[in-house]
Amino acid sequence: MMLRAGRHASLRRCGALVSHAWSSNSRLASTLVVAEHNNKALSPGTLSAVTAAGKIGGEVHLLVLGSGSAPVAEAASKVAGVAKVLHGDHPAYAHFLAENTSRGVRASAEAHKYTHVMAISSMAGKNFIGRLGAEMDLAPVTDVIKVVDESTFERPMYAGNAIATVTASDPLKLLTVRPTAFDKAPATGGSAAVEAAPLPAEPETGLSKFVSESVSSSARPDLGAARVVVSGGRGMKNGENFAMLEALADKLGGAVGASRAAVDAGYVPNELQVGQTGKVVAPELYIAVGISGAIQHLSGMKDSKCIVAINKDKEAPIFTVADYGLVADLFTAVPELTKKL
Amino acid sequence: MRVLVAVKRVVDYAVKVRVRPDKTAVELQNVKMSMNPFCENAMEEAVRLKEAKLATEIVAVSVGPKQAQETLRTALAMGADRGVHIVTDMRADQELQPLAVAKLLRTVVDEVKPDLVLMGKQAIDGDNCQTGPMLAGLLGWPQATFAAKLEVADSKKEVTVERETDTGTQKLQMGLPAVVTADLRLNAPRYATLPNIMKAKKKPIATRDAAAAGVDLAPRNKVTNVTDPPPRAAGAVVESVDDLVAKLKADGLV
Repeated sequence: MMLRAGRHASLRRCGALVSHAWSSNSRLASTLVVAEHNNKALSPGTLSAVTAAGKIGGEVHLLVLGSGSAPVAEAASKVAGVAKVLHGDHPAYAHFLAENTSRGVRASAEAHKYTHVMAISSMAGKNFIGRLGAEMDLAPVTDVIKVVDESTFERPMYAGNAIATVTASDPLKLLTVRPTAFDKAPATGGSAAVEAAPLPAEPETGLSKFVSESVSSSARPDLGAARVVVSGGRGMKNGENFAMLEALADKLGGAVGASRAAVDAGYVPNELQVGQTGKVVAPELYIAVGISGAIQHLSGMKDSKCIVAINKDKEAPIFTVADYGLVADLFTAVPELTKKL
Repeated sequence: MRVLVAVKRVVDYAVKVRVRPDKTAVELQNVKMSMNPFCENAMEEAVRLKEAKLATEIVAVSVGPKQAQETLRTALAMGADRGVHIVTDMRADQELQPLAVAKLLRTVVDEVKPDLVLMGKQAIDGDNCQTGPMLAGLLGWPQATFAAKLEVADSKKEVTVERETDTGTQKLQMGLPAVVTADLRLNAPRYATLPNIMKAKKKPIATRDAAAAGVDLAPRNKVTNVTDPPPRAAGAVVESVDDLVAKLKADGLV
């Protein structure tokens, strides 16, 4: 307990210093981006976060915490715009457990006195950023879609139906950014130095234990980063019919998504869900098939460049956001579309 | 085993919210409010633990204005044994923020001494997705967010949680006490029956003043402006698949 109190006190002192530094000279801003990866490759979301971090001004560093993650650190060092890579390799970081990750990120944040620590607004990022905030007595700003200046950010509320401008007062700003709101930084062209991340004395907190995981494998592009997304809803009627959407997606080099109705009905696994509680996508082309367009679904795709809706109900709300709407039976329209492309 | 469930009163999920003309916030006057959907999942899971004889007592807690009592009554009607209401007039969508809420909840944890805290993964108003992990961090407890399946060991000392991740699912094991946040797929919440709603009126709700809790409630992140998202230009209805293909080709999309 004493140790804990001591850490907090020293943190506050360092926080005050940092705050003074950047308020007097904003060029001293520096951002640590917590990389997301599977110990083999960087996630595309990380590249978007690097762009977001660049908009804050100052140096951008990437933190790679993983286990057997040397290839990730090397990839991170090549990302354009990254000045330095901190690499922490330890079995405790193999599965991104919140308790261990939070402690690991904190060690780097404190050692290098960053003004901003940024994670990706993914389930992995949201899992630890709140915990880190509480442990450091800082209030994160989540799901940032625009960096106005180093302490002012825009974020959506109410499933994207209101956009709030938020001014953060904490000396160290914790952020998660929505990857689809920022272009991806080039994965090559950089030549950052890789150095060892300052790790906590006990990286393994022993609070929770990884048992197993089930990762769905797909040869298609990542849903969050795909140029084209073809999504199906309740109108697909069953899981087998999704093969039709897969054929269309493959033709367009795109990913397959789904509405909550399709996921709940067991047609497809939950990680394909697009919406307020699933993934947020903003591809160049989003094709919604048999999806009515509830608020919660629109929230996850309405920033797509072009939206196509195929639905037999011409009153479906999806047609209010669609650039091109086709009122037709999807079971004839989709195969025809695939054939004619 | 005692379970604490945190529930929040929010604008009903089906309501299309309107931004106030003065751009300070979303309009909450005369808008239908309900229990946050994810909180319903958390509440349902607690009731199932009690039905499985794993939980002995369920305490529901809510932080919010006096109308949050209604949300607590709903929780009591679903099966909670008693409620704790931390009363505040601060707007819980943007003014009273997750860090302050987590600190208020910690005072209730200190008092109620639960073995398990269940919460929703996020509230659909602020969409912050922070309070659960924050409470776990403040308490130094393990956490499992986005839970799709929860199993309490017979010893009642451990839980196994299957949680949703960006690429699939992950199974974690953790000792109790712990904080678990519910995803939509954890369960299908029950409807409160009329007899249970009547019974819930007799269940006790203790009230506390948020301002007297010894917690700094001031927002760290000041909301200076709230606007509508940029509207999308009206689209067109195409007559046939050929028409659609032609349009997509003209736009260079395919």
